[in-house]
Amino acid sequence: MTEKPKNYSRRDFLKTTGIATGALIGGGLIGGLVGLNVDKDDQHVSDTGNTNHEMGTNGGFQFFQNQREFNVISNATERIFPKDDIGPGAIDLGVPYFIDRQLAGQYGSNTKEYMQGPFAVGAKTQGYQSRLTRASIFRQGIAVLDEEANKRFEKGFSSIEAEQMDEILTAFQNDEIPMTGVTSAFFFRLLRTATLEGAYADPMYGGNRNMDGWKMKEFPGHQMSYINVIDKEKFQKIAPQPLGGM
Amino acid sequence: MATTLTKVDVVVVGLGWTGGIIAAECAKAGLKVIGLERGRKRGTEDFQQIHDEYRYAVRYELMQDVAKETITIRNNRKMPALPMRQMSSFLLGDGLGGSGTHWNGHTWRFYPYDFQIKTMTDEKYGPNKLSSDYLLQDWGVTYDEMEPYFYKYDQTAGISGEDKNPFWGKRAQDFPTPPMKRTPILKKFEGATQSLGYSPFMLPSANLSEAYTNPDGEVINACQYCGFCERFGCEYGAKTSPEITVIPTATKTGNFETKFHANVVEVIKSGNKVTGVRYLDTESGEEFIQEAEVVVLASYVMNNAKLLMVSNIGQQYDPETGKGTLGKNYCYQILPGANGYFEEQMNTFMGAGALGMTIDDFNADNFDHSDLDFIHGGSISITQTGYRPIETNPIQQGTPTWGAEFKKNSIYNYTRSLSIGTQGASMPHKENYLSLDTKYKDVYGLPLLQMTYNFTDQDRALHKFITEKTVNIMKEMGAKTVEGKAPITDYDIVGYQTTHNTGGTIMGASPENSVVNPFLQHWDAENLFVVGAGNFPHNGGYNPTGTVAALAYRSAEGIIKYSKSGGSLV
Repeated sequence: MTEKPKNYSRRDFLKTTGIATGALIGGGLIGGLVGLNVDKDDQHVSDTGNTNHEMGTNGGFQFFQNQREFNVISNATERIFPKDDIGPGAIDLGVPYFIDRQLAGQYGSNTKEYMQGPFAVGAKTQGYQSRLTRASIFRQGIAVLDEEANKRFEKGFSSIEAEQMDEILTAFQNDEIPMTGVTSAFFFRLLRTATLEGAYADPMYGGNRNMDGWKMKEFPGHQMSYINVIDKEKFQKIAPQPLGGM
Repeated sequence: MATTLTKVDVVVVGLGWTGGIIAAECAKAGLKVIGLERGRKRGTEDFQQIHDEYRYAVRYELMQDVAKETITIRNNRKMPALPMRQMSSFLLGDGLGGSGTHWNGHTWRFYPYDFQIKTMTDEKYGPNKLSSDYLLQDWGVTYDEMEPYFYKYDQTAGISGEDKNPFWGKRAQDFPTPPMKRTPILKKFEGATQSLGYSPFMLPSANLSEAYTNPDGEVINACQYCGFCERFGCEYGAKTSPEITVIPTATKTGNFETKFHANVVEVIKSGNKVTGVRYLDTESGEEFIQEAEVVVLASYVMNNAKLLMVSNIGQQYDPETGKGTLGKNYCYQILPGANGYFEEQMNTFMGAGALGMTIDDFNADNFDHSDLDFIHGGSISITQTGYRPIETNPIQQGTPTWGAEFKKNSIYNYTRSLSIGTQGASMPHKENYLSLDTKYKDVYGLPLLQMTYNFTDQDRALHKFITEKTVNIMKEMGAKTVEGKAPITDYDIVGYQTTHNTGGTIMGASPENSVVNPFLQHWDAENLFVVGAGNFPHNGGYNPTGTVAALAYRSAEGIIKYSKSGGSLV
């Protein structure tokens, strides 16, 4: 086993660089490094007490263009899968990074979907009929989340209260928000599904950090065999294993 | 300009279960066989990193790439058909082993009633039990005639089971291997169904209870209950699949050659025979004509029908006139069931694809339908396939689908909920059929297959009746809250349902009402065989693979006979 270099936690980083939290409002550089925009006005992305943010898995965007986009997705996914007394929410699980990676790859560019025209809206029973790729849908969806927050609360999505975020997400879910080439309900479904995928996919995809998604659910991940325990009456608590080793 | 290749005895299109069985039997009989597979070669060594729900179950790593080829879908003739842009309702296979690589392994024999459904329904309930819109017909072969071929597949696959179902057709021999483990979850179902007066038995499984060597000398290992079967390949070689059985059996004869990335685009017909197939090497872009004495279409339901349609072989079914047989009797599967929420934690994440117990008290004509407005029924099972965390988020009705409540409930219920499911029979209806789309094309320039399908009143009645039975069983199992599945309305392609599509190239005793004869020999071209679940004139109350494989074995025998003497096999 090669020894892993020590990963700096976000707190370590702040400590060693001596940068005070208050200096970071709207800071793209630090936000980009530690994965969160430390904004005092926004409790959902400014929780500096968390030490789960390993530097090694943060670092940079493959899809998102700026910190604002990333924060909107971070906050929206956190509302879908919030931190609670059971365990971490979407942000601490790394879900926004999972989504970033996915949108930059074949998921985002719909390489395995039939994307030939002509396009038509179709009946609900006919499924996905958008001409847009998932990457385009997310980019537009983020912009529309922000616009809607500004319209209703005169602030960007990442600066409104949790209940206000829920109100807007619910309006998306109920298909009440106009979007172009796709419905807001469809975007919401994609966002919800991607959030759960990021919470529970193998950690090698960038989410489910520390296998905390699996730990909450008591799913043991990659196990070679249950042949010796499957007939046990008692519930089996088994330490989870990822595919790639931790 | 296509290059014409040296003629062989048999060319097989598609190397899943049916193509593999036909190739193995023909090659063993000394025929020179070429297998054309549009996908890639793959096998057990490629499945060592298979415990990846996201890659395999969510993003469909082993399945057909619908960017290249898909189908179009509409619920009725009045709707414009639109392409299925991503897979969801059913998952089409691709590559060596086809869907036989990523199946669960439930291995059934359709009922004697299924094979003679028209005759037996009419005899018992009179000719008007269902309206004339339902195109019920006998299969042209009986269960007794099929029995040796069912057993042949049981032996090849090493099926694990117990002959304790009082209803099913007689088995001349017992299962090759004993049933899988009766887990605590299965025992809940066993106890509940027994106390309700039903007859539970272990589901016949292709995840083997012990290591087994089949009559061809192929070894299938013992299942480890790891919980990754359907949508995954088996890293142990413990789930019987074509690539660990019939494909190596064919290969070791020295009479079988495989070509990968070989996508067949046409069956070439001349007079009352076919001369071969035209295919594209999807890597080099070159086109070839493979000539053969016998052509066997062994791809999935959709592609078998499409290849006949684009090759102008047979007459397309027209729902307006009722004329034509190609594309007729497309059926699906009806899935009644119930969810139960328990207080105690259970090992729901462990399992195997075909680890289950079943009752057949409400399958086939095992119960009286005199006062019911439907026929047939379904097998009711509990299966412990292994809940995986991305796609298993059980919440009770009325719980929000996101947010704090959702998170709390879905995590709590993940190890505290069970489902009872049914493989419900699907009856053919004159408005449900396959044809060619006139607007959308695949990446090779061929029209997409068009599916016109909706649930019928028969389906809705069956669903409602059986759902009530499953609710009662779940209550008896001790669930604190029980929810039956919502009644079905219109068929929706969104959300996985089942990959048990059937019909379109149906078998029968007469060219008037079927595409192929009971040996799966095409009525219009004696050296063309079309093999698969597309042959089913209706879909029964079971998973189809066991019956598909048995039909393939019987057809292989027909092909070997035809190769010697020629002519129609009936």
